[in-house]
Amino acid sequence: MLLVVLVTLSSPTISFAAQVQEFVLDNGLKVLLLEDHKSPAVTFQVWYRVGGRNEKDGKSGLAHFLEHMMFKGTPTTGPEEYSRIIAKNGGRSNAFTTADMTVYFATMSRDKIDIQLELEADRMANALLADTYFEAEKKVIQEERRLRTEDNPGSALYEIAASVAYTLHPYRRPVVGWMEDIQNLTRQDLVDFYKLYYAPNNAVIVMVGDFNSEEMLAKIKAAYDKIPRGAGAPQMTVVEPPQRGEKRVTLKKDAELPILLLLHHVPNLHSPDSFALDLLSMVLAGGKSSRLYQDLVYHKRLVRGIDADYSAVSMDATGFAVSAQLLPGAELAKVEREIDRILDKVRVELVSERELQKAKNQIEAAFIFGQDSIFGQAMKTGYYEMVGDWRLVDSYLDGMRKVTREDLRRVAQKYLQPDNRTVGTLIPAKAKAQ
Amino acid sequence: MTGKLIGLLLFTLLVQVVPAQGAMVPKRSVLSNGLVLLTSEQRSLPIVSIEMLIDAGARHESAEHAGLAHLTSNLLTDGTAKHSALQISETLDFIGASLDTGCGDDLATISMTILKKDLAVGLQLLGEILTGASFPVAEIGRQKQAIIASIRAKEEDPGSVASEAFAAALFPGSAYGRPVEGTEASVKRLDRQRVQEFFQRYYRPNRTIVSVVGDVSEPEISAALNQVLRNWTKGEASKPPTVPAQNDIARTLRINKDLTQANIILGHGGVPRGHPDYYAIQVMNYILGGGGFSSRAMESIRNERGLAYSVYSYFGAEKSYGTFQFVMQTKNESAAEAMGLAREEIRRMRDELVSEVELSDAKDYLIGSFPLRFDTNRKVAGFLGQVEFYDLGLDYADRYGEFIRKVSRADVQRVAREHLIPEKLLAIIVGNQQKISVQ
Repeated sequence: MLLVVLVTLSSPTISFAAQVQEFVLDNGLKVLLLEDHKSPAVTFQVWYRVGGRNEKDGKSGLAHFLEHMMFKGTPTTGPEEYSRIIAKNGGRSNAFTTADMTVYFATMSRDKIDIQLELEADRMANALLADTYFEAEKKVIQEERRLRTEDNPGSALYEIAASVAYTLHPYRRPVVGWMEDIQNLTRQDLVDFYKLYYAPNNAVIVMVGDFNSEEMLAKIKAAYDKIPRGAGAPQMTVVEPPQRGEKRVTLKKDAELPILLLLHHVPNLHSPDSFALDLLSMVLAGGKSSRLYQDLVYHKRLVRGIDADYSAVSMDATGFAVSAQLLPGAELAKVEREIDRILDKVRVELVSERELQKAKNQIEAAFIFGQDSIFGQAMKTGYYEMVGDWRLVDSYLDGMRKVTREDLRRVAQKYLQPDNRTVGTLIPAKAKAQ
Repeated sequence: MTGKLIGLLLFTLLVQVVPAQGAMVPKRSVLSNGLVLLTSEQRSLPIVSIEMLIDAGARHESAEHAGLAHLTSNLLTDGTAKHSALQISETLDFIGASLDTGCGDDLATISMTILKKDLAVGLQLLGEILTGASFPVAEIGRQKQAIIASIRAKEEDPGSVASEAFAAALFPGSAYGRPVEGTEASVKRLDRQRVQEFFQRYYRPNRTIVSVVGDVSEPEISAALNQVLRNWTKGEASKPPTVPAQNDIARTLRINKDLTQANIILGHGGVPRGHPDYYAIQVMNYILGGGGFSSRAMESIRNERGLAYSVYSYFGAEKSYGTFQFVMQTKNESAAEAMGLAREEIRRMRDELVSEVELSDAKDYLIGSFPLRFDTNRKVAGFLGQVEFYDLGLDYADRYGEFIRKVSRADVQRVAREHLIPEKLLAIIVGNQQKISVQ
């Protein structure tokens, strides 16, 4: 969903994007290639510029449903055969949908990756979305929703809080879809959505690993050039109006411990404030020496753990979420007051030079650790490309290094204030099951 | 993020064997204090991953003091003779390094990932912890409170409720049947003296395997470890884990919770990692329920009938014992149907030969994906530790393929008949029992 991806960036020595090569085919398909010869493996991913944010009210879960049905075959590949072909060739494949995008990927040895390249071309143009499998897959998705959301107190709270935090913007809808919406989706909905959004000019190929770019580009052209350009996907233009006053929402559910969630509206990476917000999330909850951890987990012993999540890499203005699960006996009101006290402090006082440097070091180290995996590098490239431009990876590093203590205080004042947030509380209501 | 993710998660769970590749054969040495060191030099990035396996798991504690090994491991980074808990976390956070501790039934683990330029700082800290963790009373109180809260929080996770119930039913009276965290009552009984005694006795270099992968040479890391661990002295030698008594008489255990899904485990005892049938079982299980979208379980229960999002089977193979588990979640109302299908697939593995295509697809996946499984330094370090702990041999990565290649259709049926035993299947069902109509 929108807050899951922890943004990592920045390194003084490694320029990341400089090594990426960009090509655009005649049909508008963008191709991003990054050679990495550490091991003889390649990850090949297709990113579609479509996700939950492109759905209409009453049709939530459509993008995700389509992702599932993309595995049900084409005229030349049987249902679920895609996964079997990749597996028997030693590859590992999967797909995911977020509010902003839908991504299909496989990692295989370099001598097998052509198979994935061809299969993705096939289903970009020829997915059958056959009626035969529609009802069974609908049930699978409803089970997925039960597993991930309905029987998971933390996810259920996040879902309801997001639905209150946003008045207009589609981020108010769960990506998996509301249960009733999933039930009402039709095969025709999927077919229309596929026609509208699954076209080469609405997609990006990201490839990282042990290959020769020139050779690979030729193969990609051979497989994808013949797919006709789409009519052009409609743009989602809804803008969330500013929030003017705190909103509150309560969820009562079978659970053991209360959860508190403070969800603030914040800009994405297109705002220069995003660098400071990233660093602020580290100062607040990045590691055991962070402010919120020290105060609430360590000294006051009010909560089991505490997070401050912010991902600037999103299509539209997003959320800065502070969340904590309480220790037995702790009171929600007291935890909220204590978090407020810490947030108030960063709004009023400057953080220390050392804290700011620590936050920058943590982000830079995480960036370098992230280079260890070809999959991780492809994900980073794809995410930045979806929300703007893969080159932003590098400018982001520069931007972050320039952030001052004053910047942190300024963004804390501007965004981390009660009038700009939704407070969600999970209140355990004990079992009524007989 | 939501999607067809389970395939990926699954494979990490199932195929517990890990990585391969010629370059991934480690250098092995034994330091003078008995510590086993495995190294693989990887120079492409300025990072180092360190993985320590210590024979200090929960099997060494009594039922009365359940949770002692876990508490001890949690406290390792909470203070040394020279530094407080806050100073330790401040040091690590400032250099962006991670230092995590963990505890299982057999082993305690310490994992560090650090930039090469900060390696000396990290090793210094590791040395301090292993030779002088101080276990301050105030930190013990904090950790006990946090652990008791986490025991409560686990109740919210139906999957872990089911797997704990399964272990408790299968291995009654053994550490392998108890959660490593202990119980609220047993954790309350733990004190500083017990923690210190446990630490002194079991955290010893001759009970420890260290794997180091990354931007450092074997002589460099070996000298550095000798320096920081020079005061870490040998203790009593490791003894192999004992084989727990199994109670796998077929029965159904229900746990009532206000959930929309029944969380189901069908299973019984399995085989230890060193069992000669281990590889044939891996192939058999891939076909049954280990192979993600290629498995029979997924085809029958998910694809054909839409009864579950996640359905898989696996053979967990530990040093002294193993388990077989068929795991799925389905809405309460369809629990009986899904369990019937699971039993049917288990029966079919025993009664019929698998097809040539199923066999070759399974073998091709297991062999072909093997090297892809260690795509980061950290995963390679984890793999090297397993190779040593399970005595797989330093050339294991190169030999894995031949172990799998040998397996025939007849082998698959033979191991299915020997190691899938319908009359022993224990059924755990966590869900809203009013809506679940299982006999």
